[in-house]
Amino acid sequence: MADMYQLPSASLDLLFAAISADGRRILAPTDQDGRSELQPVTSPAQVAKDYLQTALSAKEVVFPKVEQLLSYTLAPGQVDLVDATPRAEPTVVFGIRPCEASGFQALDAVFNWDYRDTFFNARMDQLTVIGMSCTRKDDACFCTSVGGGPGCAKGSDILLTPTADGYLAEVLTDKGRAIQALAPEAFKPAAGVDKAALLADVPAAFDQPALTAKLPALFDGPLWADQSLRCVGCGACAFVCPTCVCFDIQEEADAKAGRRIRAWDSCGYHMFTLHASGHNPRETQGQRWRQRIYHKFSYYPERYRSLGCVGCGKCTRACPVDMNLKEHLVEASQVNS
Amino acid sequence: MELREKAKQLLESGAVKAVLGFEAGTGGIRRPAFAKDAARADRLGFDGEQNLASYVTRKEVKRLGKVAVAAKPAVLRALLQLMAEHQLKEEEVLPLVLDASGQVQELASAQAIEEHLALEAQVIPAEDRALMDRLGKMTRQERWDFWQKELSRCIKCYACRSSCPMCYCGHCTMDCNRPQWVPVPSHALGNLEYHMVRAMHLAGRCVECGDCGRACPVGIPIHLLTFNAEESVHAQFGQRAGASAKLDYAMSTFRPDDKETFIR
Amino acid sequence: MSDKNIYLPYLMRIARITLEAPGVRTFRLEFVDEAAARAFDFRTGQFGLYSAFGEGESTFCIASSPTRKGYIECTFREVGRVTAGLADKEVGDIVGFRGPYGNVFPIESWKGKNLVFIAGGIALPPLRSVIWNCLDLRDWFQDISIVYGARTVADLVYKDELKEWEARPDVKLVCTVDPGGETPDWTGKVGFVPPVLEQLAPSPDNTIALVCGPPIMIKLTLPVLQKLGFTPDSIYTTLENRMKCGVGKCGRCNTGKSYVCKDGPVYTLEQLSQLPAEY
Repeated sequence: MADMYQLPSASLDLLFAAISADGRRILAPTDQDGRSELQPVTSPAQVAKDYLQTALSAKEVVFPKVEQLLSYTLAPGQVDLVDATPRAEPTVVFGIRPCEASGFQALDAVFNWDYRDTFFNARMDQLTVIGMSCTRKDDACFCTSVGGGPGCAKGSDILLTPTADGYLAEVLTDKGRAIQALAPEAFKPAAGVDKAALLADVPAAFDQPALTAKLPALFDGPLWADQSLRCVGCGACAFVCPTCVCFDIQEEADAKAGRRIRAWDSCGYHMFTLHASGHNPRETQGQRWRQRIYHKFSYYPERYRSLGCVGCGKCTRACPVDMNLKEHLVEASQVNS
Repeated sequence: MELREKAKQLLESGAVKAVLGFEAGTGGIRRPAFAKDAARADRLGFDGEQNLASYVTRKEVKRLGKVAVAAKPAVLRALLQLMAEHQLKEEEVLPLVLDASGQVQELASAQAIEEHLALEAQVIPAEDRALMDRLGKMTRQERWDFWQKELSRCIKCYACRSSCPMCYCGHCTMDCNRPQWVPVPSHALGNLEYHMVRAMHLAGRCVECGDCGRACPVGIPIHLLTFNAEESVHAQFGQRAGASAKLDYAMSTFRPDDKETFIR
Repeated sequence: MSDKNIYLPYLMRIARITLEAPGVRTFRLEFVDEAAARAFDFRTGQFGLYSAFGEGESTFCIASSPTRKGYIECTFREVGRVTAGLADKEVGDIVGFRGPYGNVFPIESWKGKNLVFIAGGIALPPLRSVIWNCLDLRDWFQDISIVYGARTVADLVYKDELKEWEARPDVKLVCTVDPGGETPDWTGKVGFVPPVLEQLAPSPDNTIALVCGPPIMIKLTLPVLQKLGFTPDSIYTTLENRMKCGVGKCGRCNTGKSYVCKDGPVYTLEQLSQLPAEY
C-alpha cells in the first residue's frame, strides 16, 4: 500500500543530506563524458539532469562483477580456508528506472531459491531503491510488453515521478518508510496528482503470455539461427542486463595462497557449456541465442513464475550490432509455428 | 547499380549464397544485415560502420558458402590480412565496393582489392587522431593514469574482441586455462592484462576500423590502443596491416639485416 | 536455511588413491573435521564439487555407497586443469568437497523389482554407488544384473570389485570389451555394450534399468532397451553438464527449465524426453 507525497525539488538536498548523515552511500546516474553511469553522489546537483537510462544496470550493487567467495593459504599437506565476508555498505540507489528496479526480483528468484546466496542477500538487505518513473522512452524500450511500465512500482522502495515542481513520491515499503523518516519534512501531502498523465507512452509491442506459450513449438525452427547471424557472441547483452545472473567461478592462486572469485558470465559465449571432452551442447550461436530467449521467456516463467526480462532495452543499446530484443520477440510472435 | 540490385543479381544467379551489407536498425542506426535470398536483399545498403570482415571467419557464416561483402577500405584491408594469414581463400568471398561514379563494383581477386585500396584511402577519423595526439603529448605517467581510469570501467564482455575481424582465433589466449595466461575476472589486473595482450596481438595486424571502440558498451576508446600499436609498427617497420594477401609480418619475421642485434 | 557461505567446501584428506585405468583414479576422502564427518550423509545418485586448491573445482558423482560411513569416494579421469591438479595429489594431501548436490536414485521405490545396470567405461562410477547401495540392501531387490564394457581390458575401472561381483551368486555380471580390446587371457565377452545387452535380453517385467555411458553408447543402448520392452519411466540415466556452482544459480548446466545440478543428475528417460537435447 503506497503512501503518496509531494517531494519538492528544493527538498532533495535535504533528503540527500539526511541519507548521507545516516551513514548510507548514495548511488545515482551521473554524467561522465556524455555517458550515464551509476556513481556515488552526495548532492542532487551531481545527479545527471537528462538521462534515459545508465548503460550498465544497478545489479552491480548486489551482484558485483568480481566477488571473492573464499580464500586460502597453502602449506605442505595443509590448507587453511578463510571464509569471505560479503562487504555490504548501506546503500541507496537513486534514480534508476522502474524496469531496472523490477529486475531485483528476478535476481532474488535465482539467488534465493533452495540454497540462499549470502553474498547477494547481505547486499540486498542493505539496499534501498528510490526509483524514478520515465517521462520519455526510446525505440529499445518495451517494459509494457513484459508486465512493467514507465511508472511501475515493483522493486522500488520509494518511487518518484517528476512533476512540474518536484516529484510525486510513493513510499512503498518499510525500507522506503525508513528513508522517509530520515527527512520527514521533505515529504509534503500529495495534492491529487494524475501520475499516468506524467508518464511516457510505451505501447505494448507483443503479447508476452502468447509468445511464452508459443515458444516450445518454435524450438527446433530456423528462426533462431537466422536472427543470430549477425550476433558476434560477446557478453555485452548479458552484462548490462538487470536480470542476467549467470556467473563463472575462477581460481587465482600461487604456491602459497589463493582465492576463489565469482565473475559475470554469459550464455552467449561458446565456452559457457563446453565440456572438457570437447563436446559442446550449444555449439552454434543460433543455439546460444535461442537459450537467451528461452531462458528469459520460457524457462524462467515455468520455474519461477516471473519473467527473466524487464524490457529495459539495455541489451539492445549495448549490442555492437543492434540485436534489438523487442524486434526479435515481435518477429517470434508473428512467425508461423 | 545499387547494392540491393547487385545483391539480388548475385543471389539469383547462385554466384554467392549470402550478401553482407547494412540495414536500418533501432532509431535509424545502421547494422550488419545478411541477405540469403533476393527478398531480403531489398533492405541492403553500403552505409554502415561495423567491419563486416569479422563475419567471414565465423563457422555459422562459412557454412553458408561463398558470401559477398559490402566493403569499405578497412574491410578490404581486413580481407587481405585474413588471406595473408590463411584464414580466408580468395574464392570464398566477393568484396563489393562503390566505384568513383557510385556504382557497385565487384573485386574478384586479391589483386583487384589491392588495386582498389590504392585508390580509396582510409583515414583515421579526426576525433581519434586528436585524442591520439593528446595521448602522445602526455607524460608516461599521465598516459598510464588515463588508461587505468578508462580500463577501470571494462567489464570483460569481450565485445571488442568479438567485433574485431582479426580476432578470429577459435581458442583465444584468454580462453586458455593451462596455463591461465590472463585472469578472467574484471579486476584491475584482469582488465589491464587482457587489453595489453590484445594490443600486442594486433600490432601490425590492426586494420584501424575502430570497431572495438564502437562496440564497447561502456565507452572506452579501446581502439586507440590497437591504433597506436599499428602506427608504431608502421613507423618502425614501414608496414601496414592488410596491404597485401601475402604475409610479411614484421612481428613474426626475422631478417639477417634486422636492426635488433640481440639475437645474433 | 542457515546463513552459511554455500560456496565454502569441506576440507578432505585423501585416505587412499587407486589407479583404476590409464589416467583414471579413485580417491577415498575423509573429512578433516570430525563433526562434519559425523553429520554428513548423502543418497546414491548425488554428486559433489571437488577442489584442487590452486586450480579450481570439478564435478564428479559420489562413487561410494551411502551405506559405507566415514568416507566418500570419487573417480575421475585426468582431462584438464583441475583434474590434472587432483591427479598430482598424494595420500595425506588435502582437497575440497562441496555437496551432496543433486537429486537421487529412488531406490526405495524399486523394492521387490529386478535391477539391470548398464555402464560403459568411465561412466561406471555413478552406477557403482547404486550397485553397492543395492547390494548392501540385497534383500530389497530381486535379480540384479550388471552389463559393463570398456574399450580395452585396461580401461575397465574397479577391476577388483568386478571380480567381487562376478564371484557373488546373487549378482549376474557380464563384462565386455570392444573388439580388439581383449587380452589373451580375457575371459569376458568381446563386443559393444548394446549388442551384448541385447544378447543378455533382460526381461522388462518388474525391472528397472539404469544406463550410464558415453553419449554414443547411450544413443545405441536406449533402442535396445525399448526393443526389449522397457518403458521410458523404467529407464534411469545420469546426465553430465558443465557445472560451476552446483546449486542451481550460475546457469551453466541449465537445460530447458531443468538445472542438471538440482533437478538432475538422475533422470528417467521420460523426463529426459521433455528436455531439449542440450547436454
